[in-house]
Amino acid sequence: MHINSFDRYEQRHSLVHHLDPRTKVVVTGLFIIANVLLPDGAWAAFAAAWGLVLLGGWLAQLPPGYLIKRSFIVLPFTLAAVTILFTLPGTAVVTFPLFSRTITISDTGLIRFASIVIRSWLSIQAAIWLTATTQFPDLMHALRHLRAPRLLIAIISFMYRYLFVLANEATRLLRAREARSAAPVGKNGGGSILWRAKVAGSMVGQLFIRSFERSERVYNAMLARGYRGQLLTMNPHVMKKRDWRVLVTAVTLIILVQIIGRL
Amino acid sequence: MPIIHPTDKKLLQTDNGAGPPTLRVQNLSFSYPDGFQALKNVSLTIAPREKAALVGPNGAGKSTLMLHLNGLLQGSGALEVAGLPVAKPHLPVIRGKVGMVFQNPDDQLFSPTVFDDVAFGPLHMGLPVDEIRERVARALAQVGMDGFEDRLSHHLSLGQKKRVSIATVLSMNPEILVLDEPSAGLDPRARRALINLLRDLPLTMLVSSHDMLMVQELFPRMIVMDEGEIVADGETAVLLQNNDLLEAHGLERPSLA
Ligand SMILES: Nc1ncnc2c1ncn2[C@@H]1O[C@H](COP(=O)(O)OP(=O)(O)OP(=O)(O)O)[C@@H](O)[C@H]1O
Ligand SMILES: [Mg+2]
Repeated sequence: MHINSFDRYEQRHSLVHHLDPRTKVVVTGLFIIANVLLPDGAWAAFAAAWGLVLLGGWLAQLPPGYLIKRSFIVLPFTLAAVTILFTLPGTAVVTFPLFSRTITISDTGLIRFASIVIRSWLSIQAAIWLTATTQFPDLMHALRHLRAPRLLIAIISFMYRYLFVLANEATRLLRAREARSAAPVGKNGGGSILWRAKVAGSMVGQLFIRSFERSERVYNAMLARGYRGQLLTMNPHVMKKRDWRVLVTAVTLIILVQIIGRL
Repeated sequence: MPIIHPTDKKLLQTDNGAGPPTLRVQNLSFSYPDGFQALKNVSLTIAPREKAALVGPNGAGKSTLMLHLNGLLQGSGALEVAGLPVAKPHLPVIRGKVGMVFQNPDDQLFSPTVFDDVAFGPLHMGLPVDEIRERVARALAQVGMDGFEDRLSHHLSLGQKKRVSIATVLSMNPEILVLDEPSAGLDPRARRALINLLRDLPLTMLVSSHDMLMVQELFPRMIVMDEGEIVADGETAVLLQNNDLLEAHGLERPSLA
């Protein structure tokens, strides 16, 4: 594993890949904000927004299903909204007993919950679309041009850089453990649960120390080659006519979706 | 970590170098944060264009010494590179002059592709894009890795990683090469190519190695370290005759089979 384990960038030569990263950041940002602003239960608008996502994926030459497959990671997080199902007043749809109490799911609760899930799911697809078509330094670069707070950019960049160090060390440790976890012939290897837990515990500690020291050495290697706190990129960033055309089209479409949602 | 274009402003110029590149280390001592004293009163001088080998057993302090040469570690004592004291205000210039290759290529290579890694140095020195491309092509050709530009650094074999690591500093046009065990893990052909490359490069070099055959062939001068101290410093041919010295510090005379 390496930095690329987290790099969801897909090398293509599509219209989207050749856009200025700023265009893509702005379009994605606007799409997500507009998405959140859509009223509950605006099913037609949700469908239209999904259409935009699909259009974006197609223009970027991403394989069909690429965005959907990767977007499922967000679903567990929508569980945080699950209480809405039971707390919003409205007509009861389902009632069932739980621990000597009656739980009621109301229709408004159901609609709001479904809307929240759909909104997050669409938004994450837009974000995945952005990272699949924009290299990380370019993304940070765009944020900087767009005057995002420097501290925020710094935090994102460092997280990105050290995440791969962490994953890398984890892979190595697991591999080392695997290589030494032999099973006697005819028996189940792996030892008792307690023993395994002990190994896992010490591995977490190891992982932290190793990653910390490794990130230090990588940082040294960067310093040794002239890094002084600013990542540079060789990709030229210019807003071309094409960028403006895409921007205007995208904004128009996003507004259209809003109109559909409020009809 | 803001990101800017290299052409936004000239960051650093090292190519119109001033003065002769030399290395001067005087009474350098260093302890790691855990209290282990890894360098004890180390002194050495390397003249321009001189090629010196740094040998000694595992844990002698070779890597530690090297990390001082461009200010990544700072011990007590005096340290000068190309006439400049290794201190904060001079670090950017010094790091452009000292091409440092780390022992472990996984630390040296941190960019997604081979091209990005080799371009990192020149890019952060503020060179124009055309020149960066030119330098990357030349450096990769020098180590026999041309055509690998778009490969992912982490998918290379160890020997290929070692060679790309060396390219990452050659692209910076350094004046002093500091290589930590460059021949470890290379196959005979790659090792031979490395030896030829190092022989033909007209640069000052300090190279640590356990490859005594390479040391004998390439480096007229040999510096022996053990337990954080320099225990011998002289002509390779002479020192390699000194059996007591070699034995005392776990070295072997290279024997041509
Ligand atoms: N980060 C560290 N913290 C504490 N001690 C360290 C650290 N790095 C190295 N040392 C210790 O410093 C001593 C010198 O290490 P160094 O890596 O410089 O040796 P070396 O001569 O390069 O050895 P090798 O031939 O194995 O590469 C060793 O005893 C080592 O254990
Ligand atoms: Mg070493």
